[in-house]
Amino acid sequence: MFNEMFSDDRSIRAPYEKVSEWINATGIDRLALRQSEAEAIFRKIGITFAVYGEGGDPERLIPFDLIPRVFGASEWRKLSRGIKQRSRALNAFLYDVYHRGEILRAGVIPEELVYQNEAFLPEMIGVDPPGRVYSHIVGVDIVRTDGDRFQVLEDNCRTPSGVSYMLENREIMMRMFPELFHAGIVESVDSYPSQLKKTLEEVAPIKCDDDPTVVLLTPGSLNSAYYEHSFLADLMGIELVEPQDLFVENGLCWMRTTRGPQRVDVIYRRIDDTYIDPLTFKADSLLGVPGLFNVYRSGGVTLCSAPGAGVADDKAIYVFVPDMIKFYLGEKPILENVQTWRCAAPDDLKYVLDNLKDLVIKRVHGSGGYGMLIGPHASKKEIEAFRAKIKANPSEFIAQPTLDLSTAPILGEAGIEDRHVDFRPYCLVGKEIRLTPGGLTRVALKKGSLVVNSSQGGGVKDTWILAD
Amino acid sequence: MLSRTAENLFWMGRYMERADATARLIEMGYRMAMLPGSNEMEEWRSVAAASGSAPDIAGEERLNASAVVQRLLLDPDNASSIRSCLNSARANGRAIRTALTQDMWEALNDGWRQLGQMDAETALKNLPTLLEWTKNRTAAFRGASEISLLRNDGYYFLRMGGLIERADMTLRLLDVKYYVLLPETDVVGGGRDYHQWTSVLRATSALRAYHHVYKGDYTPWGIADFLILNGIFPRSVSYCYRSIKRFLDDLADLYGEKSSPQLVASEMVERLDRIGIEELFQSGLHEFVSDAIGTTRRLSSEISKAYHF
Repeated sequence: MFNEMFSDDRSIRAPYEKVSEWINATGIDRLALRQSEAEAIFRKIGITFAVYGEGGDPERLIPFDLIPRVFGASEWRKLSRGIKQRSRALNAFLYDVYHRGEILRAGVIPEELVYQNEAFLPEMIGVDPPGRVYSHIVGVDIVRTDGDRFQVLEDNCRTPSGVSYMLENREIMMRMFPELFHAGIVESVDSYPSQLKKTLEEVAPIKCDDDPTVVLLTPGSLNSAYYEHSFLADLMGIELVEPQDLFVENGLCWMRTTRGPQRVDVIYRRIDDTYIDPLTFKADSLLGVPGLFNVYRSGGVTLCSAPGAGVADDKAIYVFVPDMIKFYLGEKPILENVQTWRCAAPDDLKYVLDNLKDLVIKRVHGSGGYGMLIGPHASKKEIEAFRAKIKANPSEFIAQPTLDLSTAPILGEAGIEDRHVDFRPYCLVGKEIRLTPGGLTRVALKKGSLVVNSSQGGGVKDTWILAD
Repeated sequence: MLSRTAENLFWMGRYMERADATARLIEMGYRMAMLPGSNEMEEWRSVAAASGSAPDIAGEERLNASAVVQRLLLDPDNASSIRSCLNSARANGRAIRTALTQDMWEALNDGWRQLGQMDAETALKNLPTLLEWTKNRTAAFRGASEISLLRNDGYYFLRMGGLIERADMTLRLLDVKYYVLLPETDVVGGGRDYHQWTSVLRATSALRAYHHVYKGDYTPWGIADFLILNGIFPRSVSYCYRSIKRFLDDLADLYGEKSSPQLVASEMVERLDRIGIEELFQSGLHEFVSDAIGTTRRLSSEISKAYHF
């Protein structure tokens, strides 16, 4: 098992030298004290998230661990190239499947996986989004399984969340331990909001003939990621709108203001496809802006991400991302996929059913770590229950080997303890591709656990990319 | 600015002001009930009545501090209890986080759960501390807005909400207490009157300010003049209306068009400038106060109409 801080002989790995020095100099007791201080700050600022359907505290904190997760400059160079490559390929794939479908004609990806996919929106066929960009913010979930081995666990092409933690975790660390950052050894993440805004402005619609007005569309303050929505809108200096603030008239989109209607050009939407426009997608929805999709299609407004972008981050499509990279870019994939069995394929299915106790089973459309089976950690009964589910509907499931995720040190009850971590960087795609040196490190706080999702006992850490 | 944002700012201003005024009102009741010769029950009764949100218990035959504190400080079902006001203001703020500065949000968010789990008995035991805490919260919020918020339409809506609520609270206190200010009640100069008059000032935190302005005894005329017509006491009706008018004018300048609430506010300001305290008493203090309460309500709805919320 790879440990981010310690080599096999328990010596400190080079990127962690500064962190190790700091831990030793501060001492565990003082660190523990400051840990609770950090929590108080988070609570005070109001950085909370909601978990649906569990009752209890509607605004809870994601546990924050003080000890940063560190990447060396050369590690990051490789990751960075790999992430940008993947983001380019995913967008090329989206353009392709909503136009001629070359990759399907070439037989690289089975047609039905795309056309029968729930996330594929026929309404998007032939639509040309500005710059041919569909997914403007690509969140790539990466795990490390060995010193130089990084593997992509999944892609998030719709509206990946969590970037506010990248910014706030750093903010808290800089507020509490300014001395750590004095020497300028850590790359700054501050530029993310302005780069996001630039990206959104670059994809202004053709009918926009002035400086584009960009807004962030949120479902409202009860949404679990509402804090992030308001945080980002604030940092970009744009309006945070709810669906009822917007309306369509004369083929354009407007927001209601104290001075009457004001035109909107680019919408960074943090609501799901089906809630964008009840006239097009979900007639019984009370949310959404009636007529918005037509305005989008006719170049009156840009939606980021584009409706239907989710077809690229489906777990069944995921299997083919390395093929996409070769097909569209003619390049060799820099980041590996995790080996994946699609239960829809009969041979794969047989293998999966024979090896359930060693595999991780995921739903094709699932997210958030819900409804998955971790074979080695499951009881016989749970495994059998899952076997029945898979047999009933094989195409709903994929399987992956139980990965040996790397561990990183956390401040636990017994001092420094090792826990499994993953990593999500946020790649911005506009006229250019931009990647802030940083991302969100999620950590499974339960000993031995492999599930890092915040809804399932996961926490977060500040992530450092060391300057060259 | 989004109309929804303006609406939330306006109501946030109102709720914070209401929490503050209610704390001062309860404080008055608490102090008055301790004075020798006071009728404790009656004091709490007028607190309940002036709050405007407890008419049912104000009419109860047996009334005690605990019932009033429960209703005005803790009751989650009373939209005007301090707890509800602080929660509503925070909900307003949360819905428009981007329109608030970090300082303002921290002031709204800090300790907002505190009153959630408290029962009336505990609250009563710690009443002075809790009221002080409430006033500190609202003061911190106001201070944060003053030093950190941009002086544009958002600021105007926030301030106007607060000022409308403040004018309304002063008027409602006068509405309940007007009879103690009328010359025919009791023997003028008696100890009882003195307490009653000072209670009116106390509820508006005006005890010392009054002395600075009038340099003499408490008289009903002086007190009414102070709370209604005085131009420099920040809780007087006149001060509130002048400030509202100024913000409405600034807003009209900013937007480049006149608005209908400007008319309502300036009519009231002119009326307050014209009328002297003698005339006000002659034509009926109670009538004036009821009328002004109606005007304030109308002003509030004219503002929301004019700015589309």
